[in-house]
Amino acid sequence: MSTMHEPTAQQVKDEKLYRQMGMTDEEFDRAVNMIGRLPNYTETGLFSAMWSEHCSYKSSKPVLRKFPTEGARVLQGPGEGAGIVDIGDNQAAVFKMESHNSPSAIEPFIGAATGAGGIIRDVFSMGARPVALVNSMRFGDLTDERDRYLFEEAVAGIASYGNTIGIPTVAGEVQFDNCYSKRPLVNAMAVGLLNHEDIQKGLASGVGNTVLYVGAKTGRDGIHGATMSSSEVAVDKEEELPVMQAGDPYLEKLLMEACLELVKSDALIGIQDMGAAGLTSSSAEMASKAGYGVELNLDLVPQREEGMTAYEMMLSESQERMLVVVKQGREQEIIDLCKKYGLEAVAIGKVTDDKMLRLTHKGEVVAEILADTLAEDAPVYHKKSEEPAYFSEFQAMDNEEPAVGDLKETLSALLQRPTIASKEWVYSQFDSQARTNTVVAPGSSAGVIRVRGTNKGLAMTADCNSRYIYLDPKTGGKIAVAEAARNLICSGAEPIAATDCLNFGSPDKPEVFWQIEKSADGIAVACRTLNAPIIGGNVSMSNEVNGVPVYPTPTMGLVGLIHDLSQVTTTSFKQAGDAIYLIGDAETEFGGSELQQMVHGKIFGKVPAIDLEVEATRQKALLKAIQSKLVQSATDLSEGGFAVALCEKAFDAEGLGAEVTIKGSAVTALFSETQSRFLVTVKEELTTAFEAIVQDAVQIGTVTNQNKIVIKGDNDTVLIDGTVEEFRSAWKGAIPCLLNSEA
Amino acid sequence: MRFAILSFPGSSCDVDMYHALVDIVGVGAEIISHQEADLNNFDAVVIPTGASYGDYLRPGALAQSSKSIDSLKAFAATGKPVLGVGNGFQILVEAGILPGAFLRNKGLKFRSGNAKLAVQNSTSTFTSIYEQGQHITLPFAHEYGNYYVDADTAEQLKEQNRIAFTYEDGNPDGSVERIAGVLNEEGNVLGMMSLPERAVEEIIGGTEGLPLFRSILKNWSEKNVNHA
Repeated sequence: MSTMHEPTAQQVKDEKLYRQMGMTDEEFDRAVNMIGRLPNYTETGLFSAMWSEHCSYKSSKPVLRKFPTEGARVLQGPGEGAGIVDIGDNQAAVFKMESHNSPSAIEPFIGAATGAGGIIRDVFSMGARPVALVNSMRFGDLTDERDRYLFEEAVAGIASYGNTIGIPTVAGEVQFDNCYSKRPLVNAMAVGLLNHEDIQKGLASGVGNTVLYVGAKTGRDGIHGATMSSSEVAVDKEEELPVMQAGDPYLEKLLMEACLELVKSDALIGIQDMGAAGLTSSSAEMASKAGYGVELNLDLVPQREEGMTAYEMMLSESQERMLVVVKQGREQEIIDLCKKYGLEAVAIGKVTDDKMLRLTHKGEVVAEILADTLAEDAPVYHKKSEEPAYFSEFQAMDNEEPAVGDLKETLSALLQRPTIASKEWVYSQFDSQARTNTVVAPGSSAGVIRVRGTNKGLAMTADCNSRYIYLDPKTGGKIAVAEAARNLICSGAEPIAATDCLNFGSPDKPEVFWQIEKSADGIAVACRTLNAPIIGGNVSMSNEVNGVPVYPTPTMGLVGLIHDLSQVTTTSFKQAGDAIYLIGDAETEFGGSELQQMVHGKIFGKVPAIDLEVEATRQKALLKAIQSKLVQSATDLSEGGFAVALCEKAFDAEGLGAEVTIKGSAVTALFSETQSRFLVTVKEELTTAFEAIVQDAVQIGTVTNQNKIVIKGDNDTVLIDGTVEEFRSAWKGAIPCLLNSEA
Repeated sequence: MRFAILSFPGSSCDVDMYHALVDIVGVGAEIISHQEADLNNFDAVVIPTGASYGDYLRPGALAQSSKSIDSLKAFAATGKPVLGVGNGFQILVEAGILPGAFLRNKGLKFRSGNAKLAVQNSTSTFTSIYEQGQHITLPFAHEYGNYYVDADTAEQLKEQNRIAFTYEDGNPDGSVERIAGVLNEEGNVLGMMSLPERAVEEIIGGTEGLPLFRSILKNWSEKNVNHA
């Protein structure tokens, strides 16, 4: 690649070179019309990156408009690096989730690591100190060697970034299904804290102010990452794989500390991460948002390689870079500040009043386009949506119990399903306690950190059962939000806001777009009902292998506020003699359940129903009981149903077990995935007070010091009787066994 | 009593140590950049964990070439206490202040969690509040926690009572002789992979690291009672 051979504007048009950059003919024509001439090669690159789905949300915008984004606590909704919610005492929580699916499918260690790096930068570019990480990952079911490799490397990669930079990973989830074979999903969420006065925005305002480039040098890595992330990965065509951008968590640690000092300076005007589409998106967006222009001299951009073209510099996704606008005349103090952290800061341009993004290189203007045209005027597509045939077929099916043999063996087999099994193999690779604020580490319903200097805490979780969403996207979307909220409630937290990471197949497939629309409808109504406005998120389309989309997976990340740390509640049993309560009855609902997948090897039928009013009422009542300190332990019922949840309460409770009696059909009572249900333990002397608050809770047994799980059915028949140890070893050993490595 | 927390670029957990010392133990402490590294006015030095210089080359390998290591060696030679935890232990070993070397964990993966340790030497300035043989549970988080010394050195460490702690839960990372903490010959430098500063408050993971800091304070107070 050299400037000598860069195609002319006419060649870009005649040879349709824009297609290689991911632009359609219509999009190219639109660009030509908007600027009134043919864009040159560099300008075409700018359009293709800024008008990619990743940067412009051109296909998802009409869907994203459905989401509630406002609320009493919301200080910053979608549109900036991360959303911000008020948590009282002049403090705010800052968070967002982002995908790094395509890079992780190609080079899982680097791909997952840079995913964590990107979302951390989004948070500290808002002026917030990142205090916790959460992740959500999907892989094939580990029977395939490539999927085992992707799983092991992606976990190690995402762990390595957080561990090295010193931010604890406090929660996460991993699920396995062969729809993700060779096409893993890696979603990372970062949570930060700031004081209200330190909120920063990515604005380039004030004519004559200086644009500084801070951080790593620009190389030829990750060119067109934003476009790539919006297309299918050609897993069989290795020669087409792009050069991946690699992350350096050490450099990011220095960049983070420098930026957190920088945001206290009154010389700062605006700051933005050079994430997807690097220098292009940061400069165009900062100018567009502020209503100004930006002029950059690309000769001044710190470069890692020789002979880079304007096109390559603008499209590079080299990591650990920030674009900073400072007051004219105050450059040197900011440069000195960065130098203290061993970072290069270079003035590469200035803010102008003509609203243009103007680039010069070697004395020539190489691009000149209105910033708004790039940042705001991408086409918006109302994609064709079509209900797939499978949906009505599944809706017409009757709810049936899967046929199972021995109940105890069934429970044991469920506990060994990788989606249900202990994820200790994963989270033991995360430093969950750095910064010494972690109150609840991975392994409970949600991760909890304390907010230093107060008695408050933040709980966080990420959830999405994509099988439900595949079978019935609207109901599944509701369930994803409800389950995340349940996990917060069970930790003693009030949900305050949400972020989403919408992972789907190609929106050009009408059936996929229908999944996107319907799941968004479900998510929107659930967020409204459960008071969790969506303050930011990410869209990842075209997650397909050989044309087959993954299950629709709109992962929901929720953050909750714990008003008093003494109210923090965990999953595990606390003491023998405590009463065990079940909230919510089981119905025969197995569509998309773990038992159905296990027995039939596929999913079908109607998913469990959810009534959001019932959900909200139960969540409120349970939270009130927890806040009134009436609850010893709490967990929601999710994959695998009641019996799995009961076992999980005993696994980390040394020497404790349970004896309970359940009603109705055994298979349904034990394994159904009926929604809006919880398992709670209460001290004997507090049961009356508890029942007064949680009126649909039914006592089904007691915590014992027998170290056994005994479940009886109607007429006192023993349905399941086993030691905690035998269930625990099945649950703990499953993933290491599948990976054939030591625990 | 004043502690210096010697911080290198990437020593992320310097703030954890500061919080434990100042807010919980109640001693004076200052985070000292390796570039300043004037340690003369301090009574003890702690090297915190984290990933100094991004763990490039080997954990601790780049930090040990910092000029501050000369000040640290001079400080240690005065007999005042020096504690290195996690990456701080790796730096002490790389700098040759403590013997041995670190290998990658036996399982070849980063591991974090809680380790059960046995106190093998309860007479040192760091451990005198613990009981001999007492079991304590402390958090850890490392990828290179597999401590190695040759057989002769291991024998010597035993003879000189320089093994402060051993692992009591299976030694999953593979350290020689289950060594979890080691003292220098004079007994005023301790390195350990477990992280006592993460176990000083009930709400974040127990308090079994607290006696370690209190031992340092108590022994300093006894020596300096006349000057105090």
